[in-house]
Amino acid sequence: MTDQTSVNRNKIARQFIEAIPHAQTLGMLLTEIGDGTAEITMPYDDRLVGDPETGVIHGGAVSALMDTCSGAAVMVHPTAPIATATLDLRIDYMRSAKPGDRLTTRAECYHVTRSVAFIRATAFDGDFDRPVATATGAFTIERAPE
Amino acid sequence: MKRPEPVQVVKQRRDSALQRLVEGVPYIQFLGIQIDRRGDELTGVLPYDDKLIGNPMLPALHGGVTAAFLEVTAIMELTWSTTWADMEAGKLTDVTPRIVLPKTIDFTVDYLRPGLPRDAYARARVNRSGRRYASVHVEAWQDNRTRLFAQATGHFLMPQRNG
Repeated sequence: MTDQTSVNRNKIARQFIEAIPHAQTLGMLLTEIGDGTAEITMPYDDRLVGDPETGVIHGGAVSALMDTCSGAAVMVHPTAPIATATLDLRIDYMRSAKPGDRLTTRAECYHVTRSVAFIRATAFDGDFDRPVATATGAFTIERAPE
Repeated sequence: MKRPEPVQVVKQRRDSALQRLVEGVPYIQFLGIQIDRRGDELTGVLPYDDKLIGNPMLPALHGGVTAAFLEVTAIMELTWSTTWADMEAGKLTDVTPRIVLPKTIDFTVDYLRPGLPRDAYARARVNRSGRRYASVHVEAWQDNRTRLFAQATGHFLMPQRNG
C-alpha cells in the first residue's frame, strides 16, 4: 500500500468515528487501523454503569463500542466500501470489565463479498490476556458506483 | 370473603417496585430509557435524543444504542417477571436489599431496518426461565408495532436468590 492510500484511509477512519454523535458521547477514540482492522478505546464513566453494586459497565455500552469498532474495521477494508451498517451482531460476555478500567476493542473484517462484510471483535479492560467480551457480526457494504 | 385490595395500593406497590429497579441503573438514566407498565406488561421507551445518533448522514440511531435498549428491556422484563410473585406478596419493600440483576451471557441483535430519529419502543418475552439460566427474546419498533426495526435474543445467568 502506498503512503497516500494509507493517509487517505487514516483520514476516512478518523472522519468515520468523529462524525458519529454517539461515539463522541461515549468518548470513543480511534487508536489504530490497518487493512480491515481497527482499535477503539472508551474511558470508564460512572454514567455507563449497569450494576451499581459493583460499578461494572453495562453490556449495552460494550455493544456500542464493539459495533462502532466493527463498522470502522469494515470501512478501512482494502476494497474501500463507501458506507456500512450492522446486519447482525452477537456478543458473548466472558467476564465483567474491571470498574475504573478503560475498555479497548479490536475488530477485524476477515471476509467481504460484494455486499456483505464479516467481522469479529474482542474487548479488553486493563488485562489484555483475558478478554471481557467477543463479538461476531455481519455488516452491509455499500460500494461506489463503477 | 376477603375484600380486594384498593386499586391505589396495588398500583403504588407495583410502580414503586419498578421505579426502584429502573432508578438503580445509571446507564438506563444515561440513555433516557423509561419503562412503561400496564398490569404486569412492561414496554421500554427510548425517547429520541441527538446523542443517540450513529449515522448522521441518514440519520439513524446508533446500532449500539439499539442493542443497549433491547438489552435493558430484556433484563428489566426478566427481573420483573421473576420477582413479581415476591413483590405482589409484599416481600419487596424500601428496606429490603436491592434486587440483584441477571448477568448477560450472550446477546444477538438482528438489525432489520435503520432506527429513525424518533422515539422507539421495545417489549421482551421470557421464553425460558430456569433456576440458573434464562432465554429472552425482545422486539423493538417505532411507528408501527408490526414493523420491527430490531430484535434480539439473549441468554442470562440468574442471580442466586436466598430462600
